[in-house]
Amino acid sequence: MVLFQILVFPGVIFLAVFGMFMEFVDRKVYARLQNRVGPPWFQPFADFIKLLGKEELIPEQANFRMFKLMPLFSFTSVATSFLYIPVWGTHSLLSFNGDVIVVLYLLTLPTLAFFIGGWYSTSLYARIGSVRTLTQLFAYEVPLFMGILASALLADTWSISEITLFYSRHPWYWASNIIGFAVSLVALLGKLEKVPFDIPEAETEIVAGAFTEYGGRHLAFFRLTLDIEMVVGCSLMAAVFLPFGLGFGMVWGFLVYLLKILFIVMLLSLARTLFARLRIDQMIVFCWKYLAPVALIQLLVNLLLKGVLVQ
Amino acid sequence: MHDTHKFKIPVGPQHPSLKEPESFSVALRGEKILGIDIRLGYNHRGIEKACEERSYIQDLYLIERVCGICSHSHSTCFVQAVEEIAKVEVPQRALYIRTLIGELERIHSHFLWLGIAGHEIGFDTLLMYAWRDREIVMDLLAALSGNRVNYGINTIGGVRRDIKKEEIKEILKGMDTLEERTLYYIKIATEEVTMIKRLSGVGKLSKKEALRLGAVGPTARASGINRDVRKDDPYAAYAEVSFKVITDDHCDVYARAVVRLKELLESFSIIRQILEKMPEGPVAVKVPRKIPSGEAFSRYEAPRGEDVHYVKSNGSEMPERVKIRAPTLANVQAVKRMLEDRFLADLPIVVAAIDPCFSCTDRMVEIDQIDSGERRVLVWQELRDFSIEWHRKNGIDFSRLNKKLKLRK
Repeated sequence: MVLFQILVFPGVIFLAVFGMFMEFVDRKVYARLQNRVGPPWFQPFADFIKLLGKEELIPEQANFRMFKLMPLFSFTSVATSFLYIPVWGTHSLLSFNGDVIVVLYLLTLPTLAFFIGGWYSTSLYARIGSVRTLTQLFAYEVPLFMGILASALLADTWSISEITLFYSRHPWYWASNIIGFAVSLVALLGKLEKVPFDIPEAETEIVAGAFTEYGGRHLAFFRLTLDIEMVVGCSLMAAVFLPFGLGFGMVWGFLVYLLKILFIVMLLSLARTLFARLRIDQMIVFCWKYLAPVALIQLLVNLLLKGVLVQ
Repeated sequence: MHDTHKFKIPVGPQHPSLKEPESFSVALRGEKILGIDIRLGYNHRGIEKACEERSYIQDLYLIERVCGICSHSHSTCFVQAVEEIAKVEVPQRALYIRTLIGELERIHSHFLWLGIAGHEIGFDTLLMYAWRDREIVMDLLAALSGNRVNYGINTIGGVRRDIKKEEIKEILKGMDTLEERTLYYIKIATEEVTMIKRLSGVGKLSKKEALRLGAVGPTARASGINRDVRKDDPYAAYAEVSFKVITDDHCDVYARAVVRLKELLESFSIIRQILEKMPEGPVAVKVPRKIPSGEAFSRYEAPRGEDVHYVKSNGSEMPERVKIRAPTLANVQAVKRMLEDRFLADLPIVVAAIDPCFSCTDRMVEIDQIDSGERRVLVWQELRDFSIEWHRKNGIDFSRLNKKLKLRK
């Protein structure tokens, strides 16, 4: 049973299919907003299968082991992190006090894997891209952590399941986390390397950034990682910030969950449509000058609220 | 390399930000640009030489293919020079039609540029919108001339197609839609935060520098230089219409975008005036195949700047010499200056901001060997032998395959 849960539902296979479906939703919404037709529903699957069948090319000077290992490494870490997030109801597959930190770190690992993979592929574009990946990580990571942990502070627990449980018991407390939701959404854009924060893979500057030398199944797994990262990131946000409709049982609960994820993915696509790509220096200034202080305000609000509640 | 933070990356000849092959070798320290080397010569087609071996009418079609976007500019420029040598009086209606097509071409070129600029700064929505609206003017051009890019409407002594009444209505309708859209894009360019952040202050070129480096067209006008051939040396029907020369004092990429967008509004007004004032009459006069000997120099304000053609005739059916100076050649020198102390992220948009057309600009570069002063030209056979030898050294040998192919024949 546990094996089934890990491998099929809500484990790897479900995640892969769901991630690719969400990629389709993202691409379709993006296209419709830009007045285009957009891809058919099976496009992400077709892309994945096509990449799997392609020839494996590794640069001569690249570090073979690292080059091949990084896609798998990043894929496993995001797939693992999903096990700690409640999908419907308030129970996740695995849970312990402190798993919110673990999930956030497991979500950071792919970024690190992109960096290492790009660095060891020894292409100049990839090197610039991987350095940008890491620079960007330092900008969005702190606001993201502050945004999500602020809600954990109010719930007085470090477990995602218990955070969800707390907010479903006190339904109106979610309203205090709206700032945190906005901050995390912006930071998530940075994490997923989407416009306006797609600086690490800015096509017109450095080709494909860290992925420049990747192709075939390695690239397929990197792209799958990004899809799953999007789903996991959105699920985390849904679990922490949108604690509605959790008591409906499995089928209806899952539909409500789907709606929440669709909502967040559409917000991401909207941001992608509306903005131009920032420069890396502008991005860092934006994150530290505006995003981090706003996240701090959220932290303060929750601290004050907690003081009032305790009394 | 001693300084490990310093390195060179190649942007081009093949790179996603370039639409045509061109080499920019960028020296970087981190994200900062230290220096940049620009190399032309990947797209040389020998059009000037080819012109000398064809008749004037054939040359017209060849010259139209110098550039895909400003094809009408090149052909009009050439035709003006030839007509000057032959002392042909071109009918008024033909001049009006040339002006009309020229302005429609400017609109399509500026919309194209807007889309590319959006793409270079990662704003793909603008690309999709601008190119969607560009279809309106492309359809109009197709309806007027039969083609979307190489219109083939010029001929020596006039134009080849007349304009019908119904077409005038269609054009006016298209202009109204486009004007509305242009006003919307001006609003976006001047209000959207991320776009302003990426454009303003980037690629500075002061008025003095622009004059020194000989910038032309919107690039010069965005540096506050009031220079426009349509106004300074009116050709076709430009002397009879009223329009403003748009200039801007910001001297950066933002100014170049604003200048182009505002020029669009001027183009709409020019087209309306042209259609209103268009005189009746024939659209072409007959010109003998042989052009009397002489030489002429012709200027034309292409969408990208001043286009210059020189034609020398020796009294035969074919020109003795044709010389083309496309606007990009005048502007490309300024790119190096614009990129001083900028970031790598600014490179694509700064290069795109001069609206480069590298295949028009490209020319053969002959390099003297510095130590011996010796000149050497490799002919095709030598190049072929060299490449076969190079591949053989690297373990790829086609001689067996060649034998097989010969046997099969």
